[in-house]
Amino acid sequence: MTLELILFIILALVAVAAALGMVLSRNTVYSALFLILNFVTVAVFYLMLNAAFLAMAQITVYAGAIMVLFLFVIMLLGAERIPGEDKLPWQKPLAVFLGFVLLVETGYILISRSGILPPAPTAGEGFGSPEAIGMVLFNQYLLPFEVTSIVLLVAMIGAVILSRRVK
Amino acid sequence: MIWEWIIKSVLLILVMLVGFAYVTLYERKVLARLQVRVGPNRAGPSGLLQPVADGIKLIFKEELIPAMADKKIFLLAPILTVVPALILLAVVPWGRSAPFFGREITLYLADINVAVLYITAIASISVYGIVLAGWSSSNKYATMGGIRSTAQMISYELALGLSFVGPILIAGTMSMLGIVDKQQEIGWFALYQPVGFLIFFIATLAETNRAPFDMPEAEQELTAGYHTEYSGMKFALFYMAEYDKMIGVSAIAATLFLGGFDGPFVNQIPWLGPLYLFIKIAFMLFLMIWVRATLPRIRYDHLMAFGWKVLLPLSLLNIMVTALVIVLVGGG
Repeated sequence: MTLELILFIILALVAVAAALGMVLSRNTVYSALFLILNFVTVAVFYLMLNAAFLAMAQITVYAGAIMVLFLFVIMLLGAERIPGEDKLPWQKPLAVFLGFVLLVETGYILISRSGILPPAPTAGEGFGSPEAIGMVLFNQYLLPFEVTSIVLLVAMIGAVILSRRVK
Repeated sequence: MIWEWIIKSVLLILVMLVGFAYVTLYERKVLARLQVRVGPNRAGPSGLLQPVADGIKLIFKEELIPAMADKKIFLLAPILTVVPALILLAVVPWGRSAPFFGREITLYLADINVAVLYITAIASISVYGIVLAGWSSSNKYATMGGIRSTAQMISYELALGLSFVGPILIAGTMSMLGIVDKQQEIGWFALYQPVGFLIFFIATLAETNRAPFDMPEAEQELTAGYHTEYSGMKFALFYMAEYDKMIGVSAIAATLFLGGFDGPFVNQIPWLGPLYLFIKIAFMLFLMIWVRATLPRIRYDHLMAFGWKVLLPLSLLNIMVTALVIVLVGGG
């Protein structure tokens, strides 16, 4: 076993445990914290894959900005405790069934195609560096990038208008 | 090789631990001088052992946990506050490389090409400790303080992140070492980015919850804000995080805007690098203490209005002008 594989297994266990903790805990603040742990673990995965820029963006945007807003809303609304009784009793069996179907599908594809999938290519020089990502983002994907920014702007203006008091 | 990293990391943490203790003394001494007092002068020669006495006092204090508190998060919050403050300095270089007992060692922990982004990442997760401390205490003052500080830190993080863009644009790299190299070549970035430097300084005062932005702990409204319910060593950890963040942002300010470890003869005698950096950090800390002694606390709505309506547009304008000038002059 290489060092990288050991590291991967530990991180994968942490990520899965954090995801389970997020779904299963009855306190929404704990759920949010588990989700942050999950995001940070994913960021470390990116680091292991030589994508330092993505890792830092993941921490800044997801683990930092977005989850702070989640926590902020939970605390302001005082919605820490999820009420005990289940409003949708059929939800749990259905979720288990669908999850099982997804697992079987993935497993089937992985096993049946194991010979066909090419091995992962090695990362080239400057892969995932801020310069490389910037060049791709502002040349090849310029239009989607700008459209995304406009969508975000519209969402922001919408939030401002919705929260404005009617005089 | 891995041992070299471990030793340097341990050294860095030790510097932060001792540094924190002596920054508190430094602050008390400078404040006392600015208020025409003498300051602590009883413990040890001219008060030099005061931090040790304070530490011993805090260890022997009783640790209280409120009955209604969420115990796990109450215990986790001080740790989550201290860790980002301690690892913030990992990307700041103290020099290039220097001979040490016949070996050539590098005087930085990590020279990564996303160093500036690392700082914004750490800054964005350093909010959690404070907000969780406030929430888990189940005390209205603490919760209010925690929520206020979240709102404040999120608002000023934008201006902080945007003030990094100026040095990045001029240097053309996000590596801290690259930024220092460029400053050695063309002069300190504080000369090219005076507005950026000012925005950075104001935003870091808000990020570290220092006066005049010490809103989360405004005594007359919130008793002690998010750390109202903390006592003993857990309180000391919050205190430590605040002062370690001060050291961290001073080091970052020195590196991004004041030439970092750059100074006369630093290329001939590499061990001067850490000394120059130390002097610049001490200067930045002095500015922060001076501001605390001079300015009254800003009211909360003024603070938010200032952050969103003045600081953010100003930093966007600064970036636009910087980018325009770089394009017109040709190359950064």
